[in-house]
Amino acid sequence: MSARNRELLGLIPASLLVTAGFAAVFIQQGSQQLSSLSLTYGAIFLGLCIAAHVFLRIALPYADPYLFPLVAVLASFGLVVIYRIDETLARQQAQWFVAGLGLFVATIVFVRDYRKLEQYRYLIAAGSLALLCMPRLPGIGAQVNGAYLGVRIPGVFVFQPTEFAKIGIVIFLASYLRDTRQLLVAGARRVAGITLPPLKHFGPLLVIWGVAMLLLIVIRDLGSSLMFFGAFLAVLYVATNRVSFVVVGLLLFAGGAWYLGTHVPHVTDRVDVWLDPLNAHRYPTIGYQIANSLFAQADGGLLGRGFGEAFLTLPGGGPLLPAPQTDLIYAVIVNELGLVAAVAVLITYLLFVQRGFKVALLARDSFSTLLAVGLSAVFALQVFVIVGGVTNVIPLTGVTLPFISYGGSSLLANFVLLALLLLVSDRARREAEAPR
Amino acid sequence: MSQPIMRLFATIVLLFAILVVGTSRWSVFDAKALRDNALNKRPLLAQLHVKRGAIKAADGSVLARSVRGQGGTYRRSYPAGSLFGHPVGYAIVALNQLAGIERYRNDELSGQAGDSLSSLADQLQGKRQQGDTVVTTLDPQAQRVATDQLAATGSPGAVVALDPRTGAVLAMASSPGYDPNGLGRSGVFRALNSAGSGAPLLDRATQSSYAPGSTFKVLTAAAAIDSGRYTPDSVINGDSPKTISGVPMRNDLGQSYGDISLTTAMTNSVNTVFGQIGEALGKRTMADYMRRFGFYRRPPLDYPADEMLASGERLNGKLLPVTSDRVDVGRMAIGQDKLAVTPMQMAMVVAAVANGGRLMTPHLTDRIVDPDGRTVKRVEPTVAGTPISPTTAAQVNQMMRTVVESGTGTAVQLPGIQVAGKTGTAEIGTLGANLTQPSFVAFAPADAPRVAIAVTVERSQGGFGGTVAAPIARAVLQSLLS
Repeated sequence: MSARNRELLGLIPASLLVTAGFAAVFIQQGSQQLSSLSLTYGAIFLGLCIAAHVFLRIALPYADPYLFPLVAVLASFGLVVIYRIDETLARQQAQWFVAGLGLFVATIVFVRDYRKLEQYRYLIAAGSLALLCMPRLPGIGAQVNGAYLGVRIPGVFVFQPTEFAKIGIVIFLASYLRDTRQLLVAGARRVAGITLPPLKHFGPLLVIWGVAMLLLIVIRDLGSSLMFFGAFLAVLYVATNRVSFVVVGLLLFAGGAWYLGTHVPHVTDRVDVWLDPLNAHRYPTIGYQIANSLFAQADGGLLGRGFGEAFLTLPGGGPLLPAPQTDLIYAVIVNELGLVAAVAVLITYLLFVQRGFKVALLARDSFSTLLAVGLSAVFALQVFVIVGGVTNVIPLTGVTLPFISYGGSSLLANFVLLALLLLVSDRARREAEAPR
Repeated sequence: MSQPIMRLFATIVLLFAILVVGTSRWSVFDAKALRDNALNKRPLLAQLHVKRGAIKAADGSVLARSVRGQGGTYRRSYPAGSLFGHPVGYAIVALNQLAGIERYRNDELSGQAGDSLSSLADQLQGKRQQGDTVVTTLDPQAQRVATDQLAATGSPGAVVALDPRTGAVLAMASSPGYDPNGLGRSGVFRALNSAGSGAPLLDRATQSSYAPGSTFKVLTAAAAIDSGRYTPDSVINGDSPKTISGVPMRNDLGQSYGDISLTTAMTNSVNTVFGQIGEALGKRTMADYMRRFGFYRRPPLDYPADEMLASGERLNGKLLPVTSDRVDVGRMAIGQDKLAVTPMQMAMVVAAVANGGRLMTPHLTDRIVDPDGRTVKRVEPTVAGTPISPTTAAQVNQMMRTVVESGTGTAVQLPGIQVAGKTGTAEIGTLGANLTQPSFVAFAPADAPRVAIAVTVERSQGGFGGTVAAPIARAVLQSLLS
């Protein structure tokens, strides 16, 4: 079976999922519109996916057949969960989904030869850093839970620049390390049993480390910082195959994180809450979110309470589970659908990442490989940061669960990420099938 | 570059495995501890979403039910208002405040009593958790009469009516009452608990203890006859005063009766006779019979334990054994000394006498019915003990009939129904204040008793058991027997 036919088949479970999901939510709400509307939603979703699929058939016939269906599964699941939380938000999210597909198509059309991105790497890097600093600019910056993550565009939405910056930074890293990886390896010296890169090329590493630390200070967000720095180490490791570089990087990061975690009050709070999430004194204030995230998961258990059965608000109208549609959507999933569904979601993400790495393995040139590795790694790390936060594996920070959380920026940026991965895979598989 | 890519992927798989472990920890392994955490509001919220079962009177009228409120939650409504405030209690789920039957039967009412297998089956079928209905033994008519009659005295008090054959509680009224409908509102609890409110939340039927006065002579007479030391015809000198425990004891109005039978002493409530009997029986025998009737234990009623008090001799609020040096057994035998007895306990004493010496376990719940109308549990009558022999019971029964026929309890007489009873008038307050605590115990019909009753009025200005408490007992008996 051809790659595109496999993709088409892969879309069927996604559409069934969205139909069944909406049906489940409707049944729970005792709604009369069950029969027609859930099928309509399923049909519209299937139609959109098939349109995108037809486009891929024409534009990228050799691209990986599983990436897009996996995203469709995640996005449809996200839509259903958001619908259960708030119908209005789900309608907006559906619009963002359409916009995301548009941007996806646009990316494939306009960045068709993605290797040209290499030429603009410093521009892209500067642009990404600028994006990251935007939330701190007076007048447009928006502070959420003490972290500076958003840029308010009046009347439209709160734009989250980190979502786009992560892609820009990965592009920069991939192209920069393609150039310097040989030099980093060749010039390495052993100092006190640790292999260090040559001082001349040690500079960029320190710069990236500095940027990660700066992120902690500027946007006060350990999670985003971890995500960026982790992606950097992943690309660096693949580029050089030197574990010692990763170790040095991790030590530097740990040192910086420790310093900031003990000296920057906002970060200190998060660490305190992380170490003792059920502290009764902190519960009414900074501990409320994580404690209720854990309570919600305990409420769900192995099989969950069922769609619509989780408590999200207090009887008075206050939030019982804050930010259920964004940061804590994973807790809602565990609460309503149980550990089983949560593991299924994680496996879906892992399959996506696995396809991304497969693309990296197939790619013939270093830039393509490093780009695919970087995009897959940053995607995986984003899932780790937010799910790890919600389950208190690491301190909770506000990043979105890709393709599932509510949010325009996240959806748009992740569709760009998907487009880039498909572009790389189309070239790689085309070259693999047609020997030069 | 394929090797580092594989290793990187392995690292990411490891990271995701950590996420699975993290999620499993909270959702499965630590779930119980988290659910029980005091900070966790979800179990309470879940309770708000449960349709609690109704509480019904014996005739099926609704005493408590759940009404749909905002956002799929339920609130409790008590159609009878303050009438059943004490036995039924209240359930303010949002504040986790429960009392009475609402508290004792909470598991059944909130649907938590079912076995976990069937509740899992219900969960898979998407059935909402719904509580079972509790049908009580309470008779609304009798409860109404008891409440109104108590209120008419203008003094706090309590009435307990039992079916001596089964132990079913037919009426359990305590005055002053409270309306459980308004309790959820802020400040209401504090107002009801404040000094000067008259302690309306206190269930005087089970939580307050009183000097039983001469009603206790029923127990003394039962002990005297059942021990084999006396018969109803035993002749004892009933002059006044007599020295009991080294202190002179007087009869009412200082009257001397000369040599009289035990029956005559009972009919006229002759203190000196019963004082002598108490001394003659001794502390051990008295203690034995008191225990047999249920003293020194909380009543075996299906009611929250901390809403009941054990009866007996009490000093500074603590139970004092009858064998203690500080107990004056002669005065205890006439219901004085430091006796502190709940109306429920006195009702149990007369119910045992009425039922031929067999004390039935008192109970408020008749049966529990699930939402589909099936009876899941029925409270069968059980024997709590046999404090006295049937012969003794018949003889005490006979003596109590003469009290009503020609003695101090004539006010309880009912047309066409023979009543057996005993009055009690304990003196309280400072000497000469003429403040009394009238009480009355009775059962009827005397030859085949269907109702046993105890009435206590906390304070009366010079009233007697026969004039203040007996008419209340009469009205309730009439309501239950007509």
